[in-house]
Amino acid sequence: MTAPLLQIRDVVRRFGVRRGVFAPRRTLTAVAGVSLDLPRGEVLGLVGESGCGKSTLARIVLGLDKPTEGEVLIDGRPVASLHRLERSRLVQPVFQDPYSSLNPRRSVEAIIGQPLLVHGEGTPAERRDRVAEMLGLVGLGPRHAAAYPSQLSGGQRQRVAIARALILRPALVVCDEPTSALDVSVQAQILNLLMELRARLGLSYLFISHNLAVVQLVASRVAVMYLGRVVEEGDPETVLRTPAHPYTRALLASVLQPRPGRGLPDPQLAGSFPNPLEPPSGCAFHPRCPLAVPRCAAERPGLDPATGEHRAACHFAALAET
Amino acid sequence: MRQALLDVRRLSVRIPVEAGTLHAVRDASLAIGRGETLCVVGESGCGKSLTSLAIMGLLPPGAVRSAELLSFDGEDLLRAPRSRMRALRGNRMAMIFQEPMTSLNPAWTIGEQLAEPFLHHGKGDRRQARDRAVELLERVGITAAASRLVQYPHELSGGLRQRVMIAMALMCGPELLLADEPTTALDVTIQAEILRLLARLQREMGLALLLVTHDLGVVAAVATRVAVMYAGEVVEEGPAEAVFGAPRHPYTQGLLRCIPIPGETPRGQPLGTIPGSVPSLVGGFESCAFRDRCPHARAACAEPVAERMDAAGHRWRCILEPSG
Amino acid sequence: MSVTAPSLPAVRRRPGRWLGNPGFVVAAVVLGAILLMAVLAPLVAPFDPYEQVLDRRMLPPGFVDAERASPAHLLGTDNLGRDYLSRLIYGARISLLIGFFTMLVSGVIGTVLGVAAGYFGGRVDAVVSFLVTTRLSLPVVMVALAVVAVVGGSLQVVVLVLGLLLWDRFAVVMRSATMQLRGLDYVLAARAIGSSTPRILLTELLPNLASSLVVVASYEMAQAILLEAALSFLGLGVQPPLPSWGLMVAEAREFMLFEPWMIVLPGIAICVLVLAINLLGDGIRDATAPEGRA
Repeated sequence: MTAPLLQIRDVVRRFGVRRGVFAPRRTLTAVAGVSLDLPRGEVLGLVGESGCGKSTLARIVLGLDKPTEGEVLIDGRPVASLHRLERSRLVQPVFQDPYSSLNPRRSVEAIIGQPLLVHGEGTPAERRDRVAEMLGLVGLGPRHAAAYPSQLSGGQRQRVAIARALILRPALVVCDEPTSALDVSVQAQILNLLMELRARLGLSYLFISHNLAVVQLVASRVAVMYLGRVVEEGDPETVLRTPAHPYTRALLASVLQPRPGRGLPDPQLAGSFPNPLEPPSGCAFHPRCPLAVPRCAAERPGLDPATGEHRAACHFAALAET
Repeated sequence: MRQALLDVRRLSVRIPVEAGTLHAVRDASLAIGRGETLCVVGESGCGKSLTSLAIMGLLPPGAVRSAELLSFDGEDLLRAPRSRMRALRGNRMAMIFQEPMTSLNPAWTIGEQLAEPFLHHGKGDRRQARDRAVELLERVGITAAASRLVQYPHELSGGLRQRVMIAMALMCGPELLLADEPTTALDVTIQAEILRLLARLQREMGLALLLVTHDLGVVAAVATRVAVMYAGEVVEEGPAEAVFGAPRHPYTQGLLRCIPIPGETPRGQPLGTIPGSVPSLVGGFESCAFRDRCPHARAACAEPVAERMDAAGHRWRCILEPSG
Repeated sequence: MSVTAPSLPAVRRRPGRWLGNPGFVVAAVVLGAILLMAVLAPLVAPFDPYEQVLDRRMLPPGFVDAERASPAHLLGTDNLGRDYLSRLIYGARISLLIGFFTMLVSGVIGTVLGVAAGYFGGRVDAVVSFLVTTRLSLPVVMVALAVVAVVGGSLQVVVLVLGLLLWDRFAVVMRSATMQLRGLDYVLAARAIGSSTPRILLTELLPNLASSLVVVASYEMAQAILLEAALSFLGLGVQPPLPSWGLMVAEAREFMLFEPWMIVLPGIAICVLVLAINLLGDGIRDATAPEGRA
């Protein structure tokens, strides 16, 4: 068995937070010990709501932030200690908002060609050819090369961002909510494009989204995060059909489908998202959980570290399976 | 014809731009009765938000509104003076915006902001305003309501802020509530809670709710009627079951195919898409605005398209014969 | 979220953006004329600005007093019989030189400090913020007066002193603008493609800071011109017989009651130049801002 392309090993990321000069320094734990593997050529879907730590984790995987503890290996090499040029050949991002991910002062050609320039690859003419090739690959034409981002639609901008990410032929692409800012018809186009490119170029994706419907469509594995921890992980069919963690069930229940007459879902969650500066004791989800018992507040359930296909961090996980 | 609280006929919004005139909304007709939820759905730039702003008389400077009819509870809003509109807005017609972060003023406490419309419209004195604020905060599911009154917006989470916005809109007991993407900025679990809240309040208070959204999932969950907008036109409008069950307009059909449904949409296969992109609205149209992207387009689509309606009150703008 | 904004169409780039702003056009023409005059002073000026003709002292311009005026001296002569128009033309050189070089010195200092503070944050930011606060606690005119009084006034000294004093606005504006930009995804993307920090600062940040930079720069240039005039007026700026506009105002002060035009003419020159520079800065900012969402 070959090693997974991406290995996230017990990653913890804490931030010092200070509200005002004289306030005491407090610690915010954005990622509280996450271990995940992504085999080559697959898509790992990472699901969670705002504040769950998924974007912090994405930045650590991209090498743009260093973990406080633990490490991230891509192709067996620790991302945090790689030189920026080496790192950028391994992993590239596609961000959520195509309006802020492209420099408004540069042409499409300059944006897509920039990675080659930074890496000192090819002559100007060769770079232009590579850019033209990438434009074709993401479904844009040569006439877009001279355009500026403001002249493009949201979908076209996202295609430019994808072309920029792929021109260095990275093995791993971190897609951080790549379709959330787009209209539904455009979202479908971009999802199709990402899937087609993955198959054609043999890419692996870490695909982050709050939308379970999108994740189950594209991912070959899915991990659900809550307050800095993975609470459930497995293959998407199993996780979505028989969710073992009550939070996953709530998320699933909240997905609104374009079918009338089903009424409104009731995620049956008490309270609201906890303050990450004061995480609840035991299982972080227990204050909102419909199943919570005293034990949940005292003892944090572990995510079974065995190689099981479907893992959930809940004292009642076994109950739900059956 | 049912008695509508809000009746909009052939509403148009034109915006002068450098290259000419942008026909942002064209001949949009809508009606909502008391206790009904009308969802206006469409993609960015389709004119759905401008439609709701035009109804409220809150269009951005320069934009021109025209209509055959714009009546609220029998009153002609087209000819209503500004003072009359100010008296109605926030009072009998209220509005909720998308971004709970920016629609509350960070410099004022929750209590002060809740009391403002109540006092402005002369509904009572400060004591009554305070009592009403506490009552409504409790009603929108905020615990320890009295203590929230002295808090500032930044002390609340996004979901709580949106509840406060809803409470604020309800302070004067409106009959019509316009909500523009009220849940788009929220997490999915909180979205579900806010939508449940809106539906409950609407039932309890007999509100007419006009909900503007891009999310067909939200529409399916709450709408009694749906209006689908494309390129400034209402291309299809009707009861929710009819629009979702038997969509007549190719744009609606295409849109529904774009949305993945967990457990149903086959994995590993491409999603349905709508090829092409939205046409420029500068200069206006005579023909069907969707014909460049439509799989069924034919020569006759270049002619002006008349609106058609079936017996159930399902209206659409397409020359195709309904199949089945 | 960008899904739902009632999206008005993006305004396309077009040449009319430059010409459509009347303030900008007027300012550009005026500034161009002053610049040309300053550069070509030896050719344009009718007389040597230093040549004293003692029997032609204080001749008023023709439009003030046609009887006493001399047709040779369009704007009259000063108390030493020097041609006033020529002195004004040569004075433009001094104002523009001081304005430009002061702006350059302060701009480089302020931009480097501000961008560093905004981009790196943390300790760098704390140090820069401390420097800014320190600088803001110094009264500019007092310090300038003191330094010039000790070292002696000259063009170079004035430029250096003002340059070292006027960088605070550059630093503050660049710091906050950089902070806004550094969190944007295109800066993250630039880091992800392996760009070095200097490259990110130069190619991703600076072009997007340019429009605020232009505004501050034009403001500071105007400010430096005004300060030079003030220092010269107080006798501590450039020294006579150099024809600085501020110095001309100072020299005309004694005759204010009898020959008010002597003080009005250089005063107008200062006002027009300062106004033109400010309008030009605003115009450049408006015309070069990227369309849509930056």
